[in-house]
Amino acid sequence: MTTYIIRRLILGIFILIIVTLIVFFAMRLLPGDPLVIFMGQQASSGSMSAEQMESLRHEYGLDKPVMMQYFNWLGGLLRGNLGTSIYYHEDVGKLLANRFPITLHLGVLAFIIANVLGILLGLLAGIRRGTWIDTVSTTLANIGITIPVFWLGILMIYTLGLKLRWIIPFLGYTSPFDDFGMNTKQIIMPVICLAITGLAFTARQMRSAMLEVIRQDYIRTAWSKGLKERVIIIRHALKNSLIPVITLMGIGLGMVFGGAVLVETVFAIPGIGRLLVTSIFAQDYVVIQSGTLVIAFIIILSNLLVDISYGWLDPRIRYG
Amino acid sequence: MVEKATTIQEFVEAPPRVSEWRRFGRVFFQRKLVVFGLVVLSILIISAIFAPWLAPYDPYRGDLSDSLVQPSGKYLLGTDIQGRDTLSRLIYGSRTALLVGFVTTITATILGIVLGLVAGYFGGITNMVIMRAMDALMGFPMLLLALLIAAVLGSGIQNVIIALSVATLPGYARVMHGLTLSVRENDYVLAERAMGSSNMRTMVGHILPNTLPPMIVLVTLQLGSIILAEAGLSFLGIGIRPPGAAWGSMVNDGYRFLVTNPVLSFAPGLAIMLVVFAFNMVGDGLRDALDPRLRGIL
Repeated sequence: MTTYIIRRLILGIFILIIVTLIVFFAMRLLPGDPLVIFMGQQASSGSMSAEQMESLRHEYGLDKPVMMQYFNWLGGLLRGNLGTSIYYHEDVGKLLANRFPITLHLGVLAFIIANVLGILLGLLAGIRRGTWIDTVSTTLANIGITIPVFWLGILMIYTLGLKLRWIIPFLGYTSPFDDFGMNTKQIIMPVICLAITGLAFTARQMRSAMLEVIRQDYIRTAWSKGLKERVIIIRHALKNSLIPVITLMGIGLGMVFGGAVLVETVFAIPGIGRLLVTSIFAQDYVVIQSGTLVIAFIIILSNLLVDISYGWLDPRIRYG
Repeated sequence: MVEKATTIQEFVEAPPRVSEWRRFGRVFFQRKLVVFGLVVLSILIISAIFAPWLAPYDPYRGDLSDSLVQPSGKYLLGTDIQGRDTLSRLIYGSRTALLVGFVTTITATILGIVLGLVAGYFGGITNMVIMRAMDALMGFPMLLLALLIAAVLGSGIQNVIIALSVATLPGYARVMHGLTLSVRENDYVLAERAMGSSNMRTMVGHILPNTLPPMIVLVTLQLGSIILAEAGLSFLGIGIRPPGAAWGSMVNDGYRFLVTNPVLSFAPGLAIMLVVFAFNMVGDGLRDALDPRLRGIL
């Protein structure tokens, strides 16, 4: 198990390095002057003199060779220096630190709901195949996979917010430490939107994994021993059917961050997704670079955790 | 006498030959939802091809005196702020969705098949470099990666296609890699190698054909999510430039008039959902018909 973990860790670090290369060179592969790209309209409109451009070029280290720039940037990252935002004129680390907890708050809630409900629905659908609960669960999963999350948000705002007036206010974000009631009202709809896709995928995966597992010989043996259904499902079937679902959790986390970009736009929530979209329109490449990198880091780390727990759940993988 | 009867009996009991196509058709058309999906896709393709004849009005230039009209006999789904007919824009939007969906899928599938096949076949350092690069790409959420690339390249339909191709590529490569690894172990591949076939001939002639059925299924199932991602990008305002019609940006444009004209964002959203649903259903049907063993894997 230890060698397995060490091997996975080395692999993870290797992948992280490739990710930094991708993010860094995505910006450098562009034709044209990186400074003009970095500074956006300011530089291209010609409002800056040649000396100003030169001093800025020196300040950002853009007069050095590309590999040097890469290692300088990497060194800065390791020391926690993510650069200064061009649009917000703020330290990017601080900018991310302010917005990250908001996305994390919504994301973690959505992630928990998606997995708990998804596993439960899939499990029930699997062991009660062909009954009404299977129909409900499968229909819900089909809707969840196909509905555009931003549109679901708009539908909910229209019905629950504007017509029925159940959930008001429905836009913005208030810290739960300032006003818990307000916060709860504001996050209900965004969390549902963020959870729905993951929930649907998990439920579907869980159902088919369950159908696969309950056909196995050892489950038949458990039945013939005269065990109760509850014991068979929880003690014998659940662990094995969870393996593919856990793989999906790593992807699910990515979906939460991907969805956050859309959901935060619909509900005007100042999270990291909204920040990235704003930065794209403001052509603030420093924020885009660091923001995507941080999210990619989190996802790779969680996939590492998934891999490790995978090896723990299924020893065949560890030795394979 | 008795012996003769036995031989006839055996002959009669031999299973009748069923054409592969007929078997495929029987399983494929069995489920009503698959047929429903096919109908939706047919409507989509017809409306994309014949958009200029089907659309009742010009989708790009509206009558400003007919701005924000409610659905009526004249405008079946009402008009937007610029007086453009929603139904016409919806019909033209099907072109965007289909174009992005198909071109992205073709590009990403071909690249993914080549990368996965080469990585799986040669193994070793080639495998290491290709697959770890794919892992790194998978470290980004699909929408974020597409967003990053679109930000770098700027808006425009071809950039959306590039962005989505790169974002979906690792999925195809990974599945293809796994399939190659398992097909490579078959005895007929070994026989082919023993006869002195070139690597190219073995890969293209013997491994590739045996990986195609699961790849076809994956491609169909992925089409829906590519269209969903395209809708997401254009909802954020990245992608198709105005006045071009994309369903995602129509939802966003309509969002501002949700109180007075909800149909403006309801209609295009429903279109996205129906199309994605149709692709998923057809994909499910293909999976069951082509290879029932894949049930639950893909």
